[in-house]
Amino acid sequence: MEAASVAGGERSILGRSPLARFPDRALKYGLTILSGLILALIVYFFIRLVGEAKPAFAKFGVLGFTFDNDWNVNAEKFGALPLMVGTLITSGLALLIGVPVAVATAIYVTELAPRRVRAPVTVLIELLAAVPSVVYGLWGIFFLAPKLQPAEQWVADRLSFVPFIGGGTVTIPNYFVAGLILAIMILPIVSAISREVMATVPLDHKEAALGLGATRWEMIRIAVLPYCRSGIVGGAMLGLGRAIGEAIAVTLLIGDAPVLGGHLFGQGYSLAASIANEFGEAQGLHRSALFAAALVLFVLTLLVNGAARLLLLRATRANKPKQGDPQAIGEAATGA
Amino acid sequence: MTSNGSSLRTADVEPDELMEPGQARPPEIPSTKPQAIVPPAPSAAPAKPGLSVRLEKLRAFYGDSEQVKGVDLDFRANEVTAIIGPSGCGKSTMVRCINRMHEEIPGARAEGRVLLDDFDVYDSSVDVVAVRRAIGMVFQKPNPFPTMSIFDNVASGLRLSSRRGGDLRSQVEAALRSAGLWEEVSGRLEEPGAGLSGGQQQRLCIARSLAVNPEVILMDEPCSALDPIATLKIEELIAELKQSVTIVIVTHNMQQAARVADRTAFMLSGELVEVGPTQEIFTTPSDSRTEEYVTGKFG
Amino acid sequence: MSTSGSETERLARFNVSPRRRRKDRIARGAILGATVLALIPLLLIVYYLLIKGLGSWSPSFFTTDPTGNTFFKSSSIGGIKSAILGTIEIVALASAISVPIGVAVAVWLVEYGKGSWFAQLVRFFVDVLTGVPSIVFGLFIYIVLIVGTGSSFAGYKGSLALALLMLPVVIRSAEVILMLVPDALRESALALGAPRWRVIFSIVLPTALPGMVTGVLLAIARAAGETAPLLFTAATTKNTNFNLGQFMNSLPVQIYNDVTSPTTAVVNRAWGAALTLVVMILLLNLIARLIARRSRLA
Repeated sequence: MEAASVAGGERSILGRSPLARFPDRALKYGLTILSGLILALIVYFFIRLVGEAKPAFAKFGVLGFTFDNDWNVNAEKFGALPLMVGTLITSGLALLIGVPVAVATAIYVTELAPRRVRAPVTVLIELLAAVPSVVYGLWGIFFLAPKLQPAEQWVADRLSFVPFIGGGTVTIPNYFVAGLILAIMILPIVSAISREVMATVPLDHKEAALGLGATRWEMIRIAVLPYCRSGIVGGAMLGLGRAIGEAIAVTLLIGDAPVLGGHLFGQGYSLAASIANEFGEAQGLHRSALFAAALVLFVLTLLVNGAARLLLLRATRANKPKQGDPQAIGEAATGA
Repeated sequence: MTSNGSSLRTADVEPDELMEPGQARPPEIPSTKPQAIVPPAPSAAPAKPGLSVRLEKLRAFYGDSEQVKGVDLDFRANEVTAIIGPSGCGKSTMVRCINRMHEEIPGARAEGRVLLDDFDVYDSSVDVVAVRRAIGMVFQKPNPFPTMSIFDNVASGLRLSSRRGGDLRSQVEAALRSAGLWEEVSGRLEEPGAGLSGGQQQRLCIARSLAVNPEVILMDEPCSALDPIATLKIEELIAELKQSVTIVIVTHNMQQAARVADRTAFMLSGELVEVGPTQEIFTTPSDSRTEEYVTGKFG
Repeated sequence: MSTSGSETERLARFNVSPRRRRKDRIARGAILGATVLALIPLLLIVYYLLIKGLGSWSPSFFTTDPTGNTFFKSSSIGGIKSAILGTIEIVALASAISVPIGVAVAVWLVEYGKGSWFAQLVRFFVDVLTGVPSIVFGLFIYIVLIVGTGSSFAGYKGSLALALLMLPVVIRSAEVILMLVPDALRESALALGAPRWRVIFSIVLPTALPGMVTGVLLAIARAAGETAPLLFTAATTKNTNFNLGQFMNSLPVQIYNDVTSPTTAVVNRAWGAALTLVVMILLLNLIARLIARRSRLA
């Protein structure tokens, strides 16, 4: 019709050359491929790691390697149980000490702190994450560990009847200090996640409790903490993943004793520490064993982190408004 | 009554004079009687005829839920057509199908035909981006690009569609003049677009849409976030603009439809109930549902 | 009019029992105490770093390379020049690799992949990647680039390990920022007849820029402090060099090696280096936060 040419002259109203569509297509497919590559990377990761670890697994068997209680470099015997237990002890300590403190800081910032104090405290806690792990190790070994030694000795003497804690002499690198430093290192992440979850508690829950005449702490106990339970657990698991994988700070603070359990205030070992310590000079079977340890470490952190993320997904999804009502979707989409 | 807007209202309309006994009363008219919004004398720029739009059996879905259920509707060239209806009736959705914005929502799709002049906008050979240059849109909440100055905002449509050619400055000025904003901002084109008042921002968005010379402009409740004075300015603007573009305006404000539109369409639950000259819709609607809505029985 | 005495009596049944009140006070005290406890380590670390590290700072500290001499008390041990420069070089390369890729993936997740199951999968795995121990990244590069090719340590290999570490962090923070860009902006641009790629480059990215810069700076600060990925990839060396294809020194590795030295002077150097590293990281954090304030988004 004439309107088309009157309006636009030579301009074709509704066509666009295929060439002009190219950037959009290229961008879309290029980025899709890139993202797929990320997934492929992870898989490749895994495969190569398994490959390098194979000799060790071949010699000791997968279960044998993982659960045998004998890590003896000189005799070329590699059972990772002492390492696993050591990892468990240090991470367990980190959780035991770190999570309650982290949750407490989260409660303080979201519920108790005066308005002006919130931001500074939050920033200070987050700065803890900015300190490099090697500096934590440095500070731990030269300041914290010596300072704590007398107290540790006191505890060990007083509780000498308690296995694992009591008796024995306290060494400077020991499980306890390593666990304590790890607790400090996981503080920021557990605190941040707890804070986020606590901030989503609906006001009515809290007001309902207060309206019943609950004290502030009771309100927190009744309305806030139960609501945040899965979120806090998820955050704690992320902290756990971090603690399990920390190599440098732990290496400097745990010593070099691949002995099962041992003593809380004595030297120990962990998966990550063994790798950091021994890899430099390892050859042949030893090296393969270290790769196997790395594989165990990798799988462990994948499991813990995966579970943590799932938990957190579920915790935050529960807070989203009900989707599915077409009316709501339409109105939300068009702002009508 | 012709469909030329100027005859719709005279300055001294008395509700009762338009009524025949037994007819539905028009919506409650505010104490200030609707002023005539008479388009000014044709300006120096020659009137460019807009294009007509026709919807044929248009259906729109969000996933499996059908929000627009088979609508046939004509928007006549160089006229203002208002779409009214209660919240959630699908008027915004329907209008967003016209410039194919509806399909940008994940899971949303549309069926049917939307004919711009004689081209089906949904034809597979048609490029969506070109459709949106020909059919512009002004949204409910004014949203100038926050990182850009006033000048850059108006020019953005031109730059984004890489339509070069022609002096950018003069095109921006022309658009700002058409939007009635030139006087107010000509001295401060480099200032951020977000620094203007709400009404000015909306006119800026209108200028932005005008700059690419569309045939049709869709307005989705453009005044609902604005104060009455700003609203009035924009309604005056609409009366002027229709000389060069076809305008479709979604509004939940019936008085606004009465002031501004040549024709009005009433939608309910995704269906087109009735369409006709605005005067008729508000005074002598054929469908009882229309009557109930315009008299305020629901909505 | 009743006396205040009986008023109090009548309202007394509403009083909170002293036991509950005590519990409340104890709990709140404990929470406050724990918070203070959490803040103490940071203060102590900063204090100790300053006390022990400032003493090592001197012009020659920053301008001489470490001599590798850790045993003989009489000879000079040098400074940390190669460590500082090495860190800058390695981290710069790592950023150059991870930031564009990370932003690209984030753009895909938000602008193109929304809602698709594939995007959910990618996002989940990126999240999981953030939890992988840094030493594992180092080992991976070691396997692929050193064992696999039979070649030796090199600075760029360290950069690759760090890039792997930074990637999930960059993706996640960029994604969060991109999601904060209001949809209304994208819609306006699309409605003007802009192709999607143009909307992204001309509207979305500029709006998101300050927030993304913040995220990138924080990722860089994190990478700068990592030791484990560099141990088996870039290794370490004494001399400054600008060739990323060779062994390269870095602050964290330098500190790590110095910590276990029996020589006090070397340990003091470690403190000085640690202070330097922490100052660099805190500076990056500070700049990141300042930029975040200028962001127009939440």
